[in-house]
Amino acid sequence: MIRLVPRTETSAFWQIATPVMAVAATMLAGGLLFAIMGYDPVSAIRTIFWDPLFGPAAGYSRQQLLVKAAPLILIASGLAVGFRAGIWNIGAEGQYIIGAITGAAVALAAYPAPEMWIFPAMVVAGALGGWAWGMIPALLRNWFGASEILVSLMLVYVAQRIAAWMAFGPMKNPEGFGMPGSRNLQQYPAASNPELIAGTGAHWGVVAAAAAVLATWFLMSRHIRGFHIRAAGTAPRAARFAGVKPETLVAFCLGLSGALAGMAGLFEVAGPAGQITDKVGVGYGFTAIIVAFLGRLHPVGILLAGLLLALTYIGGELAQLTMNLPAATVQVFQGMLLFFLLGFDLLTRYRLTRRVTA
Amino acid sequence: MNRRQLIASVAAMTTISLALPGWAQEDPLKVGFIYVGPVSDGGWTYQHDQGRLAVEAEFGDRVETTYLENVPEGVDAERALTQLALAGNDVIYATSFGYMDAVINVAAKFPDIKFEHNTGYKRTENVGTYDGRFYEGRAVTGTIAGRMTQSNKIGYIATFPIPEVIQGINSAYIHAKKVNPDVEMRVVWAYTWFDPAKEADAANALMAEGVDVILQHTNSTAPLAQLQQQGKIGFGQASDMASFAPSPRVSSVYNNWGAHYVKSVGRVLDGTWQPEGVWGGIGDGIVAIGEITDAVPAEVKAEAESLRDKIAAGEYHPFTGPLNKADGSAWLADGQTATDEELSGMNFFVEGITAELPQ
Repeated sequence: MIRLVPRTETSAFWQIATPVMAVAATMLAGGLLFAIMGYDPVSAIRTIFWDPLFGPAAGYSRQQLLVKAAPLILIASGLAVGFRAGIWNIGAEGQYIIGAITGAAVALAAYPAPEMWIFPAMVVAGALGGWAWGMIPALLRNWFGASEILVSLMLVYVAQRIAAWMAFGPMKNPEGFGMPGSRNLQQYPAASNPELIAGTGAHWGVVAAAAAVLATWFLMSRHIRGFHIRAAGTAPRAARFAGVKPETLVAFCLGLSGALAGMAGLFEVAGPAGQITDKVGVGYGFTAIIVAFLGRLHPVGILLAGLLLALTYIGGELAQLTMNLPAATVQVFQGMLLFFLLGFDLLTRYRLTRRVTA
Repeated sequence: MNRRQLIASVAAMTTISLALPGWAQEDPLKVGFIYVGPVSDGGWTYQHDQGRLAVEAEFGDRVETTYLENVPEGVDAERALTQLALAGNDVIYATSFGYMDAVINVAAKFPDIKFEHNTGYKRTENVGTYDGRFYEGRAVTGTIAGRMTQSNKIGYIATFPIPEVIQGINSAYIHAKKVNPDVEMRVVWAYTWFDPAKEADAANALMAEGVDVILQHTNSTAPLAQLQQQGKIGFGQASDMASFAPSPRVSSVYNNWGAHYVKSVGRVLDGTWQPEGVWGGIGDGIVAIGEITDAVPAEVKAEAESLRDKIAAGEYHPFTGPLNKADGSAWLADGQTATDEELSGMNFFVEGITAELPQ
């Protein structure tokens, strides 16, 4: 009989090994699924995981990997800080949407002014918008003890309604024949977020994502606030005795993750998306939760996990094009990844022993 | 890869295919589609996919079709379109309004590939647009609604206050009023194209106000299911929804994109394709009226079918004056018909509709 025995301390080896095992198990289970559906499992897995990197059109898909991973990494970096402290911001999607709206608002108000300050001001406005949206659950928790999980999640739906209102109302393109959606910021040079170096795919969002990885790494491993966060997550009572104020941490973590999500929203709306529509939120805020956990809440892990998730998106498209695999497979894949990760996570805190029963 | 490299690689492929004329002719024409929903949605995307299958049925080995489904409008659209272009498609159909700017951007990078964008209004040298005159279908179902209502209250489940939907509401009302001067139109804005729960709520809200015939612009069958429970009637939308026939679904207005795709792909094959703004109606086969069932009296059915045939033949325009706007100002004089420009920017209700039009 196999038994689970709690470990006295979490295993460093399994910390690293479980994400790798989860990816491998996802490939196996995914391959099995494809085989049952009547597709060649080997070529399906190769199309999803290999072709975007080394296939015939890889020159294009490699740079798209960065574009797709950037918002995931940016949002997940912020979320992970809170998750380490046991502060659960599930509403990054809403903060992303609000950041996109406040950032775009600056551009639309300035249109068609050509000044250089417009784009930086949009980034600041986007971060502030996301921060403010994140502060609502923070303040409600600090003042009334409301669950930040529920409040932040519910605010996603409020944000979606605000986006629809903006797209059909105040931000509607006056030259758009009455159709919903704002002006396209890609066509407004002072406000657009274009490719920085031709051929790399890197826009300012990619730069910001890299900066966020570095900054959160510094925060968590070198800064006293990072120590407080880790302490509050692992031993809340001890942290309190050590003088860590939970209210401050709640405000800091929700504000930080909100600001990063808001910035991600702004970079997308000024870049790949181009405009505010009622569908400005495409689920990055939720997928980033998978990225944060898959990356073990560690900045470097998040970087790798973000790239991996981006790979499943782009490889999933290739699999549709070349093998007629249904689009839902990508979602199944991402779901499996989190499922296996949480399953294998058990091994970091427990070990398996065989006990022979007489 | 930057734009120049992209163009270079496309140019290289073109050169190769020109250098090998025998091969180029035998190669099937590659036709790509990008869908906003899953092909199994039973509505908007399903109808486009039926159109894709019609192309395959018509041209057989001469074409090869692929599609990307479930591609959200926004950040993913441009990449998905580029993937379709890099996969070697010769003509690409983008089947949702929100792809518009992405189509324009990608088409500029691939000048040798032909693009057509559904329901949009931006055209370039290699981007055409196509859409349906759904208001023509609403004239027919509006006529049936005006005849069939007992309470003289008909309802419309609207999606978003955009010109296409406003055209539909106006057309339905004008033709219901024509056959039933006492008719009133109630409008509920669902702010969704597909959401069974919301659509069911909208149908129930309308019925609670005494409405007994409902026209819907949303794409699910949920309103029909509610109508069935209360013994009232409605119409299929986007797809035929024949499983609810003969009642509550007494007829339908559905999208028959195959009529356009077959014509358009045929033109690409014989080299006569041009980037046009196609706005086709019942006469072109793009807008189809589903079978009018026996739940409708024979004379009403005959009246509706005669209107359908007159519109198809171009003898009658659903927006023919005299018509005033809801604010009382004059719009069309006696016998005057609306121009396409007026229709494609329509942002007002016609006189007699008292419902609110969000601006």
